[in-house]
Amino acid sequence: MKNPVLEINDLRASFNIKGNYYAAVDGVSLTVHENEVVAIVGESGCGKSALANSIMGLHNLKNTKLEGEINFGNQNLLELPLAKFNKIRGKDIAMIFQDPMTALNPLATIGRQIEEPMDYHLKLSASEKKNRTLELLRRVGIKNEQRVYEQYPHELSGGMRQRVVIAIALSCDPVVLLADEPTTALDVTIQAQIMDLMKELQNQTKTGIILITHDLGVVAEMADRVVVMYAGEIVEMADVKDLFENPLHPYTRSLLNSIPANFEGKEKLHVIDGIVPSLQNLDRTGCRFAPRIAWIPEEDHEERPEMHEAEPNHFVRCSCYKTFYFPEDRVGENEYVATES
Amino acid sequence: MLQFILRRTLIMIPQIILVSIIVFLLAKAMPGDALTGAFQGNPDVSQEQIQKIREKLGLNDPWYQQYGRWLGNAVQGDFGQSYVHKQPVTHLLAGKVENTLLLSFFTLVVTYIIAIPLGIISGRWTDTWADKIIVTYNYFAFATPVFVFALLMMYLFSFVLGWLPYGSSVDIKLEEGTWDYFVSRAKHLVLPVLSGALIATYSTIQYLRNDIIDQKLKDYVKTARAKGVPEGKVYIRHILRNSLLPIAAFLGMEITLMITGSIFIESIFSYPGLGFLFIQSISTRDYSVVTALVLISSTAVIIGTMLSDIILSIVDPRIRIE
Amino acid sequence: MSLLKVNDLKIHYPIRGGFFRRVVDHVKAVDGISFELQPGETYGLVGESGCGKTTSGRAIIGLNNVTSGELLFEGKDLAKMGRMERRKHTKDIQMIFQDPYSSLNVRKNVLNIIAEPLRNFERLSPKEELLRVQELVARVGLSPESIYKYPHQFSGGQRQRIGIARALALKPKLIIADEPVSALDVSVQAQVLNFMQEIQEDFGLTYLFISHDLGIIQHMCDRIGIMYRGRFVEEGTASEIYNNPQHLYTKRLIAAIPELDPEKRFEKMHLRQSINQEYQNDYNNYFDKDGRMYDLKRISESHSVAMQ
Repeated sequence: MKNPVLEINDLRASFNIKGNYYAAVDGVSLTVHENEVVAIVGESGCGKSALANSIMGLHNLKNTKLEGEINFGNQNLLELPLAKFNKIRGKDIAMIFQDPMTALNPLATIGRQIEEPMDYHLKLSASEKKNRTLELLRRVGIKNEQRVYEQYPHELSGGMRQRVVIAIALSCDPVVLLADEPTTALDVTIQAQIMDLMKELQNQTKTGIILITHDLGVVAEMADRVVVMYAGEIVEMADVKDLFENPLHPYTRSLLNSIPANFEGKEKLHVIDGIVPSLQNLDRTGCRFAPRIAWIPEEDHEERPEMHEAEPNHFVRCSCYKTFYFPEDRVGENEYVATES
Repeated sequence: MLQFILRRTLIMIPQIILVSIIVFLLAKAMPGDALTGAFQGNPDVSQEQIQKIREKLGLNDPWYQQYGRWLGNAVQGDFGQSYVHKQPVTHLLAGKVENTLLLSFFTLVVTYIIAIPLGIISGRWTDTWADKIIVTYNYFAFATPVFVFALLMMYLFSFVLGWLPYGSSVDIKLEEGTWDYFVSRAKHLVLPVLSGALIATYSTIQYLRNDIIDQKLKDYVKTARAKGVPEGKVYIRHILRNSLLPIAAFLGMEITLMITGSIFIESIFSYPGLGFLFIQSISTRDYSVVTALVLISSTAVIIGTMLSDIILSIVDPRIRIE
Repeated sequence: MSLLKVNDLKIHYPIRGGFFRRVVDHVKAVDGISFELQPGETYGLVGESGCGKTTSGRAIIGLNNVTSGELLFEGKDLAKMGRMERRKHTKDIQMIFQDPYSSLNVRKNVLNIIAEPLRNFERLSPKEELLRVQELVARVGLSPESIYKYPHQFSGGQRQRIGIARALALKPKLIIADEPVSALDVSVQAQVLNFMQEIQEDFGLTYLFISHDLGIIQHMCDRIGIMYRGRFVEEGTASEIYNNPQHLYTKRLIAAIPELDPEKRFEKMHLRQSINQEYQNDYNNYFDKDGRMYDLKRISESHSVAMQ
């Protein structure tokens, strides 16, 4: 077994909404190993961004409460004072952001922005920093690195900027890399290039990558292990092959069935009933997905749904997966009509 | 870059010509002319005589001819005669331009010295007691008319405490060039500058506070934090650079606004500057002076805007023109 | 007869330069595209950002000026019509926008949003209007009481349904859907896509479906036109494009779709690499000496490719 590099234990991140705290991440436990890509998938409101911000310490602590543990080495990041945490983030734990158009400071040159983490984490002379930066630019596939070094963000295309964002994250050889929707804002062909680049870079290092995405295609292309989140909880966790070959949780199965690319021709796509509940309206007792699969009898759910190892290394929450079926499969016809209230 | 500055300067010319035409026509449209005031109610001068003088002075020519003459003279620094003071307008302006520039410059400097730190504190530590105090001060600055505030300052520091002089720009008994003269000038500046600046801070504080709150949420700030940049440096290296940029850019405009905006301060403190002269000239219907002042201040605004454009194009790489 | 026939459409924007800001060149946002829409079909316009697909869609509905070319709607050229004459046809062509959050007026309730086109084009009594709106709201699957609610009270998918109800109000013949689901989550996307298919049958609609997402285009469209730098690269039926792509750019686009089978990920990566290699080697077969695409050449009844 590979070495674990980051351990998240029963993490709870709650936001203050009109005086009450509601958990957006609700008891998540997860281990990331070296040289492994763990994908966290889910739709908006599932808590994946709140999870990323918790790891990176990017929450506004005035209205966010963090409980549980995020263990890196032998330290719990949640208990570290900011000054000490700043010695870790940017160096051992780095992040790639979603939108390369806004993630860079418009007023600083590319060279400055890549060198900045080195100022705080590495003891290098000015020329060493420059050389390292040029080397990083080459590694992320930028060919005219001398020129780009001097340029400003607005002079580069979206794909180039995302390469720069990646170079910043890699600048101090991170142990853990957090990639938050790294390809979502990009064009399809650029997305493919960035995915391939990340896979290539991953082969060269031992970095453990947490890939946060809503796109199951990106997951299938990049992940080793997949964590599916719904309403703040992990509902399924498995190796990527197992998850795509044999998805168990009703939410995972529904998601896979609603991707157009999974179908030839004009077949009907699967539609999940209802909507993702807001933080305040979420019923936190029982199976959180139950309201959206109302045709599954109540007794098929657990009262307090737990994670079960249904198959070796394949975990699923609640027992409802055992009897779950798609109503359209039973009816046989496309009579199933989506209703939304 | 050079090309941009050159083109920007050329664009200014038609703007100034247009403004001068408007100013000229407005002056013409005002009731009466140079002679009305001069001979009003004088029984010794008959209407025919006035008409003759009008003809001689070219006041019966079509407006564009008069405009041409006026502009030609103005370019050479001749704005005609003041009807009230009976001396060339240029004479009247001499010294006052310098006074106003001095006043505006120091007002601007003091405004920034007060406003920028306060704006930064208030934007960075929102909803703390410091922020609340600054915001309260800012509401007062916004709501208080500058002439009320100036009077209060004058009353307190001149009449009650007697710390500082008011009126004029220097003690006239002193000889120019001496140390005492210099000190006296400086002392005379303190009250007008402070009265103007303490009120003028409003817009800068408000702008900075809002912009910093805005910038704080930007993605590039998240990137900086994720790099492990200490919080203080996040502000200095990232947020402030972005927030202060427009302030630097507006410098050109701001200084001309100060020049044109010094009317109240100058008249309250009887500070012999352009604003004071302006008010005086309006109340005595000294049109040639008023026109000259309006022309000068509008030209200053146009030049200030141009300076702002040029500064912005230098400090902001996004609009740097190759 | 085709419902819409676009003939050699060009939309150019001037670039000004030099000291006197003279027009020195043109951005050729759309540079000579032609395609036809048959009644009842869904035609997909695909490409990456900046390829001109949105500009073309907006030109058809009259939101962009046409530099040259014809837009024949039921045989009449929209591009040559004056404002007033064109207005008569705007009833027949409606648009669904990408962002349901910004395309609805937040200060109006659903009744006023959906009734707006009716008020512009039809004289209805308040009672008739209410009935029509209720009908439409029911048709898009929203509850009757929702007509008095405001956009912020709805989820993204519901908002897009409101946008669709508004587009349907005048019983149009052609709907231009510009990235209608790009801002939505996958499961919500599915709802809207299914729903668009349903109303297509019910109302006999023709769609011009503009998207960058090949998965969605494949799912929705009968025929597809691939755009690149303002020109057509390839045109054909959905299966021709996906199973037998001819142009290198089409191949590249298809290879870029993330592979849903984790086992094939390296295969896919190598495929992309070999296409990139081919791109470098055979550039001249696909682009002329000015880097411009060739005109479309027919290779079968329904399949055309821009090659020499």
